Amino acid sequence: MTISANLALAYPEIILAVGALALLVLGAFMPKQTSLVATGGVAVLLAAAVASATQPFGVAFGGGLIADAAATFAKVAIYVASAVAIPLGQPWFERRGVKTFEFPVLILLSALGMGMMASSGDLISLYVGVELSSLALYVLAAMHRDNAKASEAGLKYFVLGALSSGLLLYGASLVYGFAGSTLYADIAKAAGAEANTGLLFGLIFVICGLAFKVSAAPFHMWTPDVYEGAPTPVVAFFAAAPKLAAMMLFARVLADGFTDAVAQWQQVLVALALISVAVGAFGGLVQKNLKRLWAYSSIANIGYAVLGLASGTSEGVQAMLVFMILYMVDVTGFFACLAALSRQGKAMETIDDMAGLVKERRGLALAMTVFSLSALGLPPFSGFWAKYVVFKAAIDAGLWGPAVIGLVGSVVAAFYYLRLIKVMWFDGSAGATDKPPMEAKAIGLTAAVFAFPVVLVAITWLNPLAARAAQALGLA
Amino acid sequence: MTIGLEHYLAVAAILFTIGVFGIFVNRKNIIVILMSVELILLAVNINLVAFSVYLGNVVGQIFAMFVLTVAAAEAAVGLAILVTFFRNRGDIAVDDASMMKG
Repeated sequence: MTISANLALAYPEIILAVGALALLVLGAFMPKQTSLVATGGVAVLLAAAVASATQPFGVAFGGGLIADAAATFAKVAIYVASAVAIPLGQPWFERRGVKTFEFPVLILLSALGMGMMASSGDLISLYVGVELSSLALYVLAAMHRDNAKASEAGLKYFVLGALSSGLLLYGASLVYGFAGSTLYADIAKAAGAEANTGLLFGLIFVICGLAFKVSAAPFHMWTPDVYEGAPTPVVAFFAAAPKLAAMMLFARVLADGFTDAVAQWQQVLVALALISVAVGAFGGLVQKNLKRLWAYSSIANIGYAVLGLASGTSEGVQAMLVFMILYMVDVTGFFACLAALSRQGKAMETIDDMAGLVKERRGLALAMTVFSLSALGLPPFSGFWAKYVVFKAAIDAGLWGPAVIGLVGSVVAAFYYLRLIKVMWFDGSAGATDKPPMEAKAIGLTAAVFAFPVVLVAITWLNPLAARAAQALGLA
Repeated sequence: MTIGLEHYLAVAAILFTIGVFGIFVNRKNIIVILMSVELILLAVNINLVAFSVYLGNVVGQIFAMFVLTVAAAEAAVGLAILVTFFRNRGDIAVDDASMMKG
């Protein structure tokens, strides 16, 4: 394969890398032009999304980078979600006196890493992708650097993220040693239907490391602290694109690298899924801070996504992808609404702050109600369809028990979503709120319109796209 | 006694365990945590290079180079975040990082 043929398969990555560096230089020479850098960042991300949607399929760089339907599906979603984060975050930071141009550049670098994760075909590109996205995310968490909570969140995220990278890497070194190659395709041949002990040991470490990244319990302990401390628009970003990228990577490692050893990793994933659903459902019950509450909600939701993957079938991967897309819209919208709300300049972050919100801000309260009902899984909102496909895939794969336990978990979690709705609609108002900033409100309301009713149309084209993506991976 | 693959793997496993315990058991200083992270990454490098020589396959050594490079970047980002934390709190004791709980 010629070098130009290789590079042609990496156009989205090249656009992002060159774009991020160019914007960094632009920002360094014109530090006042933050809005120019932000606009440029959105343009580069959208260009990368178009490039990955139109690019040819193939395998480049000796198997290190795979461009297939799965990579395209994940990358377009990741780039669009990252592009939304820039107009949400940049004005938010500027209103708080952080007038720097680094925010869009960091989002671009992290999106580049996430794109690499989604199309990695080799343990080395996996590691570089994971680290590129994580290092940018650590900095984003601590971006509001005069804020004690944000720097503590950044520090905790860094320490536990570095530990998880260490676990992932130790597993990768064992897999390399016992399979004799870092390519997923060669690992699949070496593993066969019954991976040997060394390989299995390595796989368990890799799964633990990835479980940290997607915040599946019992590796979730960083999530509530990071969500509470990090700036709200950054959390809107954290909760969406990086989770999809890590789930896609999870699917790729398991489906391409351990294709025939399904029976061996299935139990591990089922355990992860059920613990996550339980921790998310019960942990959320006692929370008063909404960002912490939605951190637990995201742990539970990742549990459902992992349950889809645990099915070990192509249908399961498809369900996981559909679930993640619908969940990303919900969670981005919810945190956008939260970023839009403040009372006398102070962010409204606790459940008590939301009392009687419907009398103050009808649109935002309605949108947050839609997101809560959707996360709860009530038909006809998007969360219902997301959970429906996951449970269907799990039941088709014979995982009756886990599906039932997952359903019970979602009933428990209904308590805290309904409590939020009750506080917003029926409690007395806690005072007038400030005028919400336009961009955050627009993003929140758009996401709410997607969660219902647009989802009813969207699901009909999302499903076939996800099916095509799932078929690109190795599972039957 | 000749030193074979298993000896290297044992050393790496011991270093890795010390690193993980350094993160969880240590109750004093965040710098110690950063050192433990480096220890974990070095354990991985020993693994990779030992496997690479054993298998006669150079990919492991290339991987080790990538790990070294990324570890340097990781340490830089970690220290930068540590500096912002220190500016806000005036201390870097592990017990101080406890504004958020629950």
